[in-house]
Amino acid sequence: MPHDHHDHDDPHALLPPEPALRVKALETILTKKGLIDPAALDEIIDAYQNRIGPRNGAMVVARAWSDPAFHAALMKDATEVVADLGFFGRQGEHIIAVENTDETHNMVVCTLCSCYPWPLLGIPPGWYKSDAYRARAVREPRKVLANFGVNLPPESSVRVWDSTAEVRYLVIPQRPTGTDGMDVDALAALVTRDSMIGTGLAKAPS
Amino acid sequence: MTRVHDMGGRYGDGPVDPGGPDDPVFAQDWHARALAVTLACGSLGQWNLDMSRHARECLSPKDYTRFSYYEKWMAGLADLLVGNGVLTKADLAGQGDDMPHPLATRSMKPEAVAGIIAKGGPADRPYSEQPLFQPGQTVRTRRPADNRLTDGGHTRLPAYAAGATGRILRHHGAHVLPDSNAHTLGEAPEPLYTVVFKAEELWANPEHPRDEVTLDLWQSYLRPA
Repeated sequence: MPHDHHDHDDPHALLPPEPALRVKALETILTKKGLIDPAALDEIIDAYQNRIGPRNGAMVVARAWSDPAFHAALMKDATEVVADLGFFGRQGEHIIAVENTDETHNMVVCTLCSCYPWPLLGIPPGWYKSDAYRARAVREPRKVLANFGVNLPPESSVRVWDSTAEVRYLVIPQRPTGTDGMDVDALAALVTRDSMIGTGLAKAPS
Repeated sequence: MTRVHDMGGRYGDGPVDPGGPDDPVFAQDWHARALAVTLACGSLGQWNLDMSRHARECLSPKDYTRFSYYEKWMAGLADLLVGNGVLTKADLAGQGDDMPHPLATRSMKPEAVAGIIAKGGPADRPYSEQPLFQPGQTVRTRRPADNRLTDGGHTRLPAYAAGATGRILRHHGAHVLPDSNAHTLGEAPEPLYTVVFKAEELWANPEHPRDEVTLDLWQSYLRPA
């Protein structure tokens, strides 16, 4: 296990300083020893670039808006419900859905690292992993929301979920008005990634 | 004492840049490679998730601050590979041999990737004892927030929530205890709870009297209040 080091004897300092070269060097060393297979790396990247992303979560939200039985089951045991849809796995083994209402706005952060519900939302965006978001979201969520163009009325309270364990949170944004009669696919198109983290709202229908 | 990663509540970071809706998943090609190399190496089975988090946290404050996100991953990975005897420092310096590695039989195969991602690694474990706390009960977090098993060790109680009084919102069953698991002291599962704190309990100048912060905290982090 790693211990505290002085700068000069950190193993990582032995790799080239430029980040892209550093990754390349490590990949080359590991590949030559047979410890990693570059074709497996391509598969991992393809999965997170093209298949596992916020459209998964948007489908869950749209169904929750449309189907009261699905909504009830999701709020009771989201892990089981989303697993039935095929959204289970790495960084999404324990899922809780939290619902925005007129009274409460939910917002998710990981102050200690970058925990995020990968099977539902994919790889977290850069801002979610930024020092500014991690530092500020718990202490001044309303000012952070303003950075996203979201201004909450004073009558609503904010509940910030700091993801300190292996439980991952999916925010169910409020269903926009003017969407009666829209089908699940049309509703899902209104559900943005940020609305499921709680830094945005669902889009109004055009 | 805290480490540099424990930044919740810190002042001085400036605005959050929300980016745009069409930003790519990986801003640079090497970000994608860094993520993939890290996940593939995890499959060698030489460390667990808590150890990999702790490796990034053990970066010096200077490195942690100057490294971008995936640079931290790369540095943590290099340190884990050497610290766990998978590679030598000579290997990292480009002076090692290219002989097949004894762990090469465990390397992640392309056809196994989808299954490994879909399988995940649940953290809940069987636990025969009754949980000490029930939803609605008032609890106080320990202070200081340090690991009690290993000096300077990994913990998931952020400093900003140390010594704070909150209310149990939810019991999640027993989960692997990171404070133990990060230091190969065993999984030591404990009841895990979501605890809700009033913002005014955590901050001198909360933005709003009804705002709250929740954290997921293990039983040994908590005392009855």
